[in-house]
Amino acid sequence: MASFMFIFRGGVDAHDAKISPEEMQQHMQKWMTWFEHLEKSGAFKGQGAPLQPGGKSIGGPKKVVTDGPYGESKDLVGGYAIIEAKDLEAAVEIARGCPTYEKGGAVEVRLVAKAG
Amino acid sequence: MTTAQPLDDHLFRREAGRLVATLTRLLGPRHLALAEDAVQDALVRALETWKLSGPPRNPGAWLMRAAQNRAIDLLRHRGRAERLGPELERALAPAPAGPAEADAAGPEAPDDELGLMFSCCDPALPAAAQVAVILKYLCGFSVREIAQGTLSSEAAVEKQLFRARAALEARERLYEVRDLAQVRERLPAVQGAVYLLFGEGWHGAHPRQAVREDLCHEALRLAVLLSRLPAADAPSTRALVALFCLLAARLPARLDDGGQLLLLAEQDRGRWDRALVAEGLRWLDRAAEGEVPSRWHVEAAIAAVHATAVGFEATDWPHIARLYDLLWGLDPSPAVALNRAIAVGMAEGAEAGLRALQAIPDRERLVRSPFLPAAVAEFERRAGRPERAAASLEAALTLARNPPEAALLARKLAACRG
Repeated sequence: MASFMFIFRGGVDAHDAKISPEEMQQHMQKWMTWFEHLEKSGAFKGQGAPLQPGGKSIGGPKKVVTDGPYGESKDLVGGYAIIEAKDLEAAVEIARGCPTYEKGGAVEVRLVAKAG
Repeated sequence: MTTAQPLDDHLFRREAGRLVATLTRLLGPRHLALAEDAVQDALVRALETWKLSGPPRNPGAWLMRAAQNRAIDLLRHRGRAERLGPELERALAPAPAGPAEADAAGPEAPDDELGLMFSCCDPALPAAAQVAVILKYLCGFSVREIAQGTLSSEAAVEKQLFRARAALEARERLYEVRDLAQVRERLPAVQGAVYLLFGEGWHGAHPRQAVREDLCHEALRLAVLLSRLPAADAPSTRALVALFCLLAARLPARLDDGGQLLLLAEQDRGRWDRALVAEGLRWLDRAAEGEVPSRWHVEAAIAAVHATAVGFEATDWPHIARLYDLLWGLDPSPAVALNRAIAVGMAEGAEAGLRALQAIPDRERLVRSPFLPAAVAEFERRAGRPERAAASLEAALTLARNPPEAALLARKLAACRG
């Protein structure tokens, strides 16, 4: 088994200003069901978290601090989760089950490199 | 991240109403739009956070804090914080975590929602606009959902909301629900709006049935909320709750498995919500005070006769006819007369029913309702004149307002000809 980081980008924030509270709750219910399913199958062991919006970015030789993150909100990282899967292909298959796409979100799947 | 406990049904929608009400009280109704934005943003933030972390232990308190923070941000952003003064900043500052937080989210603090409810029921507004604005702000419905629920266009709903919002924003503050005299003065208007809200969900069926049943349940929730306000806990309010319970109990049986509308006579009473019937009867019992019964009392009593009959054939029609006589005294409308005539026909026979239908005062006001010719058809059929019944059903069919209603009438027409 290998560990993959699922990086969740975009979501309702960027997608639909007019989404109703009921639609939001229904969408969230889908996420909860998805994670429940991943926990039962053993692919998800509780590692992960949402990220607060805002924050700072530091870069360049002068270590310039700017308000970040920047870019389009559909590209903003909203959170991450660590998912156990046999290989990249299997991890991608898991990521396909994420409900985020119906709200314009995206999932980046990255293999966590092991030290040594 | 841990496996989260499931959220209550409609939590977001309910909380939206509570948050808008509280922020509108704190900021004043003139900042209604800002309150609305802050609440929408807080809900989106909740979704984006909770979808990965699971909901917090006290979602209501979390949302209230998020909405208040967002409101402060928006005010600062617009450079208004100074002018609004430190008092408002203090009021908006989220309460420190602890017992106070639990209070803020507790079900026993409905004053803000009630204040908003009373403010929405401005007699200067058309009834439809009152219903729309209640659904928008107290029930957390979107324009699209209101349009679906009330069978109107989104443009029409936008127009109603525009008027209602302007009336709300013109208020200095929310309606004072701790003032007995003020509450008594506007209570009939509030009861009327909630009744209308229930009726929107109840009358006629629609392919999007779920949304319409939601309206009935929202009306029931608001009526219960109203009964929790001491000044509004009148026998008439309790009767209104009783009525909604007794009618809502029948909702699960109104459609067959294929989505077809069923008549009272055809419904499987085993699917009626018995717990809700019992609750309705308890409320009706508690409503039995005061000198004069309200129209809600009489309507609830009628609903109770239906709800407690073991079958359609066992219905106590003479009792129902007497109750409609009483209701006619309180509300001499053609619609009440129509229902009264049907009860008379069921109690005394088809010919008596036809005579009563013929004698409805102002019956020309019913020309657009399919129910009058449908009732004539039913009694003609019972009197053994299927061809006349068929002619009336054809007339009713041209008046059907939606496909399930048309399907029901077509089914009866086919039975007449068969």
